[in-house]
Amino acid sequence: MKARSISYNFKQGFQNIFYNKMFSFASVATMVASIFLFGIFYSILVNFEATIKNAESGVAVTVFFDEGISQERINEIGTEISRRPEVSEFNYISPEDAWENFKTQYFEGREELAEGFADDNPLANDASYEIYMNDISMQQTLVAFLESTEGIREVNQSEVAANTLSDLNRLVSAVSLAIVGVLIVIAIFLISNTVAVGINVHKDDIAIMKMIGAKDNFVRAPFIVEGVVIGFVGSAIPLGILYYLYGAIIRYVASKFSFLSNLITFQPVNDVFRILVPVALILGLGIGYLGSRITIHKHLRV
Amino acid sequence: MIDFKNVSVAYEKKGNDALKNVNIHIDKGEFVFVVGQSGAGKSTFIKLLTKEIDPTKGTVSVDGEDLKKIKHRKVPMYRRKIGCIFQDFRLLPDRNVYENVAFAQRIIEAPKKDIKKKVPKMLALVGLAGYYKKNPGDISGGEQQRVAIARALINRPEILLADEPTGNLDDKNAWEIMELLEDINKRGTTVIVVTHNMNFVNTMKKRIIQLQRGIVIKDQKMNDGDVLEIKEEKEEKKEEETKADESSVDIIQL
Repeated sequence: MKARSISYNFKQGFQNIFYNKMFSFASVATMVASIFLFGIFYSILVNFEATIKNAESGVAVTVFFDEGISQERINEIGTEISRRPEVSEFNYISPEDAWENFKTQYFEGREELAEGFADDNPLANDASYEIYMNDISMQQTLVAFLESTEGIREVNQSEVAANTLSDLNRLVSAVSLAIVGVLIVIAIFLISNTVAVGINVHKDDIAIMKMIGAKDNFVRAPFIVEGVVIGFVGSAIPLGILYYLYGAIIRYVASKFSFLSNLITFQPVNDVFRILVPVALILGLGIGYLGSRITIHKHLRV
Repeated sequence: MIDFKNVSVAYEKKGNDALKNVNIHIDKGEFVFVVGQSGAGKSTFIKLLTKEIDPTKGTVSVDGEDLKKIKHRKVPMYRRKIGCIFQDFRLLPDRNVYENVAFAQRIIEAPKKDIKKKVPKMLALVGLAGYYKKNPGDISGGEQQRVAIARALINRPEILLADEPTGNLDDKNAWEIMELLEDINKRGTTVIVVTHNMNFVNTMKKRIIQLQRGIVIKDQKMNDGDVLEIKEEKEEKKEEETKADESSVDIIQL
């Protein structure tokens, strides 16, 4: 296609949008509604998942060492732990740190009672590693490894918390995948149907163009421009609204329901939109492009 | 120029043949009327020439090119050889008169300056100078058909196919369109007109191809004194029934 034909078809595509105002409005509205709904669910799910992840990250496994173990062996165990893929972080708690923590917890306000142990740390054999995981479902694997490691006397874990969070995480992942999947299918169905209706309105015009001797690309081009522009506008509007609403809602919740801020780990708007923007644009532009291309194809067999 | 050799067309849905073993030759520069009752095969004849359908048997060729062998992507190039006008004008409703005519130039990717020069000339030729900015919906049927003719002619087609071009027009406009087609023919374009209107056929004295139930029953040049009359099948049956009734009355009276 020559440059003058490309610019003509671009112009024609834009003109079509304004000529078919009602159809264009209906298409954009359908896209806005579908992508907005998708965006809302996605934002909720991202925050829900982040909250669970945050809860998971607070669950730790604690290991205590055999009596009389050398500091060298403790360091070796630390190195072995650090190599485990499921471990995100681990802290060494020396007997002195353990005693300080204990004192704070049990002798608060009556510190003089702890003075009797000043020269004899009752927790001298209670040095430990506090291990945090990046995937809580791997806790049992980690515990099995630790229990079989030489020099470790005891492994403390909260199996119930780990299992509950792990199950909840799996459930949320499955539900979110299903909801997002269903919403994408609904969006594809609604948007491609709207695009198809718009093109079907033009089927007589397409037949005329073909009869005069227009090539398929020449007939197709303005409709694809129309579909892509509608797709872009239809995905940009809900993204803009969601961007504004997301920030506003987080600020509102934080100020009016501060207790929720402790329960929910709100994700920064940019983190949510890093995925939402490309997905919404692909949905809008992709369906606008493919929908018009596929629908027009059947009218070109004249 | 146009050759139909043993052409038959069968539509699966209808069951019977729309055209049966049709043999026609049309020379360059001819003016031909294709006539016949409804369902005689006239539309099928046009569809074969525009390559909307292919024959079930036989070959249709234009300028020696077998239309069945033209690939889908080459069809537009073939269609640019023929200009088409229809009973319902088939103008693009969202474009003005100028753009409707210019569209035929745009699809052949003609330079802008050529379009600007040719479109006004063509509109003047069909008597529509000054109508550029009007929309198809704002002009009369006769004027719309003139726009369609201008669009059909602007790419200088070798053949002009007119499918019932006056079907939606009053007598005055219909005659003006037929005179315009005759004028176009005189300039060298082959013109094929499918029509029901025997008034034109009997007055203009051109070659006629008469189809009946898919068969060519008459292919001749109309001469002075020749009068062609085509009645729809329903009318024929009614007349036969009336005649039969009258003769039975006569017998009873005897």
